[in-house]
Amino acid sequence: MGVDCGNCSDEKSRKLLAVIEAEKDNPGSLIRILHEAQEIYGYLPIEVQKFVADNTGIPLAEIYGVVTFYAQFSLKPKGQNKINVCLGTACYVKGAEGILDRLKKELNMDVGDCTEDGKFSLDACRCVGACGLAPVIMINDDCYGRLVPDQVPGILAKY
Amino acid sequence: MKTVNIKIDGVALTVPEGTTVLEAARMANVSIPTLCFLKDINQIGACRMCVVEIKGARALQAACVYPVSEGLEVITNSQKVRDARKVTLELILSNHDRQCLTCVRSENCELQKLSKQLNVKDIRFKALTDKEMQPIDNSSASIVRNNNKCVLCRRCVAVCQKVQTVSVIETIERGFRTRIGCAFDKPLAETSCVNCGQCIAVCPVGALTENTHIPQVWNAIADPDKYVVFQTAPAVRASIGEAFGLAIGERCTGKMVSAIRRLGVDKVFDTDTGADLTIMEEGTELLNRIKNGGKLPLITSCSPGWIKFCEHNYPDFLDNLSSCKSPHQMFGAVLKTYYAQKMGIDPAKMYVVSVMPCTAKKFEAQREEMKNSSGYVDVDAVLTTRELARMIEEAGIDFKALPDTDFDDPMGNATGAGVIFGATGGVMEAALRTVADVLTGESAPMEKIDYHAVRGIEGIKEAEVEVAGIKVRLAVASGLGNARKLLDSIRAGKAQYDFIEIMACPGGCVNGGGQIIQPSSVRSWTDLRTERAKILYDEDKALPLRKSHDNPMIKELYDEFYGNPGSEKAHHDLHTHYIARGKY
Ligand code: SF4
Ligand code: SF4
Ligand code: SF4
Ligand code: FES
Repeated sequence: MGVDCGNCSDEKSRKLLAVIEAEKDNPGSLIRILHEAQEIYGYLPIEVQKFVADNTGIPLAEIYGVVTFYAQFSLKPKGQNKINVCLGTACYVKGAEGILDRLKKELNMDVGDCTEDGKFSLDACRCVGACGLAPVIMINDDCYGRLVPDQVPGILAKY
Repeated sequence: MKTVNIKIDGVALTVPEGTTVLEAARMANVSIPTLCFLKDINQIGACRMCVVEIKGARALQAACVYPVSEGLEVITNSQKVRDARKVTLELILSNHDRQCLTCVRSENCELQKLSKQLNVKDIRFKALTDKEMQPIDNSSASIVRNNNKCVLCRRCVAVCQKVQTVSVIETIERGFRTRIGCAFDKPLAETSCVNCGQCIAVCPVGALTENTHIPQVWNAIADPDKYVVFQTAPAVRASIGEAFGLAIGERCTGKMVSAIRRLGVDKVFDTDTGADLTIMEEGTELLNRIKNGGKLPLITSCSPGWIKFCEHNYPDFLDNLSSCKSPHQMFGAVLKTYYAQKMGIDPAKMYVVSVMPCTAKKFEAQREEMKNSSGYVDVDAVLTTRELARMIEEAGIDFKALPDTDFDDPMGNATGAGVIFGATGGVMEAALRTVADVLTGESAPMEKIDYHAVRGIEGIKEAEVEVAGIKVRLAVASGLGNARKLLDSIRAGKAQYDFIEIMACPGGCVNGGGQIIQPSSVRSWTDLRTERAKILYDEDKALPLRKSHDNPMIKELYDEFYGNPGSEKAHHDLHTHYIARGKY
């Protein structure tokens, strides 16, 4: 009963199954199961959600409803390097959207996606608390501030 | 029963403990507006249309979920209450695609009615822009979902999950992006939706509708080359009058036939004749399986919603299903072969329209397996009861004023056995009437043919009857949640039966997903199933012939065409097979 999605091994599905067995009968267990599943797989693709549905008896549509309700769950894989563009008020006013547009163009992808080579994923977030540096992006734990769009290619080249 | 004393708008009354404020208000003849509320199915307090003032409570409370208690004082009609309801409604209307003029639900819409009732004259919030419009999902052969008209009441979700246990639609995301959809936003046609249409039947607005066949049917009628034959299922006559102001439970078979004739069709037949034929075939199948140690229980196959449910969720029961096509498909096959031949009509020019209480039959009619008997599709178009009503209205026919007329001969004269097909337990009862006579070789007297044990609207009914000395263990389930319970108990070895009737819709076809829609204000407090079923049992009682095998048309059909029930030819034309489908 493996999850057949190429990049996840049977080891992972065994781990998830153990979580499901342990949690199954507890009230409100679905969120904890999904949380663990995301820890194991990094994200929650359809195969993983079906695996949870099959082993809990919870309808797939309901699981999808929960996954899309909470921002903590992701339907798409994260890249090796996670880019977060701050869209808090200060950054927004100082032109964060231009930075975001340039990132999308350079990486040829949309917010929430991951590049085909798995190198970068792109997300937008609320205020990261570095308003003095606006506009700000984070790549993993590195912070880049007072940006203009033309700096984007140079920053990406570092990774 | 413990009771409590309360006051609603100053009027004192005593009501059972645990009653909701909404129900208590009804007892006091005070009507409180509702939108998401559907008794027993959706009581979640989501829309806040029903807010009232409760003395001592600071915030307004939702009447549909607030339980009464001793000394409770409720105000349903203050400035504060009216204002709150109006703002709530305006917010709902603000992102609603307000095109009432062209909406199927206009004049039968709970939202439209609320807007009038609450005297909304100005919607202060901005309307939907083109960019915010969501795509319409018309992938399904049966169901169309238009989220732009959805008020997020979740009634469809509740019926699909709790009543049908199909659970393919859900509330997705949150906040402004909240919408109703399937897992991974897949189109409905790619899910295990069984096309039962129960979601349509409970939707208060025009967000859910059937995939309409009205345009092609009008075209066929207008085409001088086409020979258009209508057939109507038994349950249609039990509901169509509701669209024209007749009382629920008022019989109008004769008017319905007259109305269809005036649409300009060539012939109007009764699907009940097809039901009689189904009984001959299915009864024979049951006898053969009992005699020859075939696979038991035999499970009926008249309900295409149930068939698809079985294909997705219980593939291990596919061999238990009767191989009989559903009555309207059988009848379509007969019309395009036997009848066409007899009347000298080119079957290629014959256009068969089935009027059904059912949306799943639209899907069924398009299945590949239904295209082989005459070389043409058995049935060209399927109209729901609602669509027929719309066509009658469009044609300017005054339904109430119509005279009664009869179905056309010779295919129109069915027996009472065929009529009761429309109610849960009806197929089983009809089958028993025939099987009993075949086994005993004599004709049971009329007073012996009412099988009361299988009548009534309970979700699962069980009985053991003795037919010609053979004990037959029966079960009848309606509503797929009940079907699931029954099959699970068989799977677990806890129950054993010989013959099972399953209908996808709770109460059977009379409560089908294609019937005239009654708003929550009616549906919540009226037993539609019993009222409508009564029409069928009354008609059965009144008919001179009440057993399928007594139908002279059926006798003729076997004599001239099929030979015997279960013959090779009958199998080729009237039977089908099933496919195991994935769970999702
Ligand atoms: S759903 Fe109701 S309110 Fe909305 S457009 Fe249709 S009739 Fe009008
Ligand atoms: S048609 Fe039936 S199965 Fe399909 S979504 Fe509606 S209620 Fe669910
Ligand atoms: S589709 Fe209809 S029943 Fe379902 S949530 Fe929307 S308005 Fe309510
Ligand atoms: S909250 Fe009571 S009807 Fe919706």
